[in-house]
Amino acid sequence: MSFQETLDSYDLSEIEARIAAKQPADVKAALAATQLGPDDFMALLSPAAAVYLEPLAQRAHRLTVQRFGKTILMYAPLYLSNECTNGCRYCGFNARNSVPRRTLTFDEIEAEARVLHARGFRHLLLVTGEAPKAADTAYLAAAVTRLRALFSSLSIEVYPMDEAGYRQLIAAGVDGLTLYQETYDRALYAEMHPFGKKRDFDFRLRAPEHAAAAGMRRIGVGALLGLGKFRVEAFCTGLHALHLARRFWRSHLTISFPRMRPADGGFQPLNPVSDRDFVQLICALRLLLPDAGLVMSTRESAQLRDNLLPLGITQMSAGSCTSPGGYTEKDDSGRQFVIDDDRSPAEVEAMLRQHGYDPVWKDWDAAFHQKSI
Amino acid sequence: MDTLIIAGRSFRSRLMVGTGKFSSNAAMVAAMEGSGCEIVTVALRRVDIDNPHDSILAHIDRSKYLLLPNTSGARDAEEAVRLARLARAAGCEPWVKLEVTPDPFYLLPDPIETLKAAEILVKDGFVVLPYINADPVLAKRLQEAGTATVMPLGAPIGTNKGVRTRDSIAIIIEQAIVPVVVDAGLGAPSHAAEAMEMGADAVLVNTALAVARDPGRMSSAFRKGVEAGHEAYLAGLGRQQDRAEASSPLTGFLRN
Repeated sequence: MSFQETLDSYDLSEIEARIAAKQPADVKAALAATQLGPDDFMALLSPAAAVYLEPLAQRAHRLTVQRFGKTILMYAPLYLSNECTNGCRYCGFNARNSVPRRTLTFDEIEAEARVLHARGFRHLLLVTGEAPKAADTAYLAAAVTRLRALFSSLSIEVYPMDEAGYRQLIAAGVDGLTLYQETYDRALYAEMHPFGKKRDFDFRLRAPEHAAAAGMRRIGVGALLGLGKFRVEAFCTGLHALHLARRFWRSHLTISFPRMRPADGGFQPLNPVSDRDFVQLICALRLLLPDAGLVMSTRESAQLRDNLLPLGITQMSAGSCTSPGGYTEKDDSGRQFVIDDDRSPAEVEAMLRQHGYDPVWKDWDAAFHQKSI
Repeated sequence: MDTLIIAGRSFRSRLMVGTGKFSSNAAMVAAMEGSGCEIVTVALRRVDIDNPHDSILAHIDRSKYLLLPNTSGARDAEEAVRLARLARAAGCEPWVKLEVTPDPFYLLPDPIETLKAAEILVKDGFVVLPYINADPVLAKRLQEAGTATVMPLGAPIGTNKGVRTRDSIAIIIEQAIVPVVVDAGLGAPSHAAEAMEMGADAVLVNTALAVARDPGRMSSAFRKGVEAGHEAYLAGLGRQQDRAEASSPLTGFLRN
């Protein structure tokens, strides 16, 4: 059964009403639960839970330390291309935006990757827009083949694929997928994606299942915060992750919480998420999924990232550039969005140590991909 | 109404009953009736499946009970598959409680042969209910192979020790996407209630009924235990309180 059927069985406005109706007693019960049901999760996301934020944070912290220890996996995004045929209204790569477009050559990719390698990174996230002519599956596979020997883990954040596409990339050496649904609200999704292949909500929703079926070791999901109502989006994200975890139990799940940043095109968040709401959402997801990796990018400010550290975060990027070629060149006019935390990886590493956390640069090995013994 | 659904078929009762070890067929029938069960399992090795006058089969009203043949005694996948096919050939519905128990002392299930047999039987069109040790990964492998349930043991068969595998069963219940039937080792109605309170979908009991002084009465007691446990689970048990909260605030920065 696909998650699409589960999602379709819910009425989003009814979810919103049910969350809004939760009482302090429901929150207390959820905080004491060893295992959360859907109603417990709703309670933790509810306005009623706002006054329980500190106990919620304490619980999230303890669970995270218990499952992960005080460690943070370090990764960096590497933008291969910003060419895109989609019209996502909130994105700097929107086909109608007049930013300089570029798809890196394999030599350029390697040059960028070597900069990140020299900074200590062994886990890379390869990012593109959706431009079948510029950066297709064969291009991605070739890029991965080129980088494989330098890195322990290569993940992709690109357009959704069918199972065969993911198999091809796994064979080339990809071990992780990040694919945000952006919003779980079909109507809003249609509005936000006026043209391009990305209009296909269901294909995107099913893609993590395609990847897991193909054998992807790590699957990351999330909603773009700022589009839909955050409580509903968080609920759907949690449900989505749980669905994948139960059925594709060999894959490790990660969840990201990309909060909308200023991007070229000037789109304003429809439903801004405050820091307080943001904390509640992260902690609630931790309680629902004690073993999920929770990912924090440089979209957030240095000060906020430092404070979010103990609440459940297990992996972080640092020193990120969101434009192709950004690590080797100064020009970042072709960026996807403006980052906030612009500290170097070394500075972030020092901050982690100062907070008693161990930065982990390598937590995977290419040997897992070799099928022969 | 809250029903148990296995392979698309609905059952009102969440108590399944075994037919071994009873002192008489009358005692067995009393246990079945007292339990309110709808699924009765019968060891294929114990009955003459082709003979409607068989002493056990003749006492099971198939309009009231789903006869669930089990492969008890099978030492490997091949033997289990053969037994299941024989039962189907004799006119039983294609449901089978898969038991592969090469160890004659504790009758513990062989996980490797059970998985092998399950894969073959599912492909063969059987509705497979496998008896397993309380191993969450095995449960997932079986579920993936297409079994209709998983049936982890609470304690070795016939020991009456209760839910000794509690922590592992809790993980299976948390993760399974097929019904979880706690099978074996439940010696008292309170054990059955405990399994149901944990969120098990059903339980299977045999020895505790068969060896009771009054099997009919004991099965009625188990019925109440199962119903009480399930109802408590649905009602939402009061949770044990978490430990006291730490004092150093993690959310103080939000007040700035």
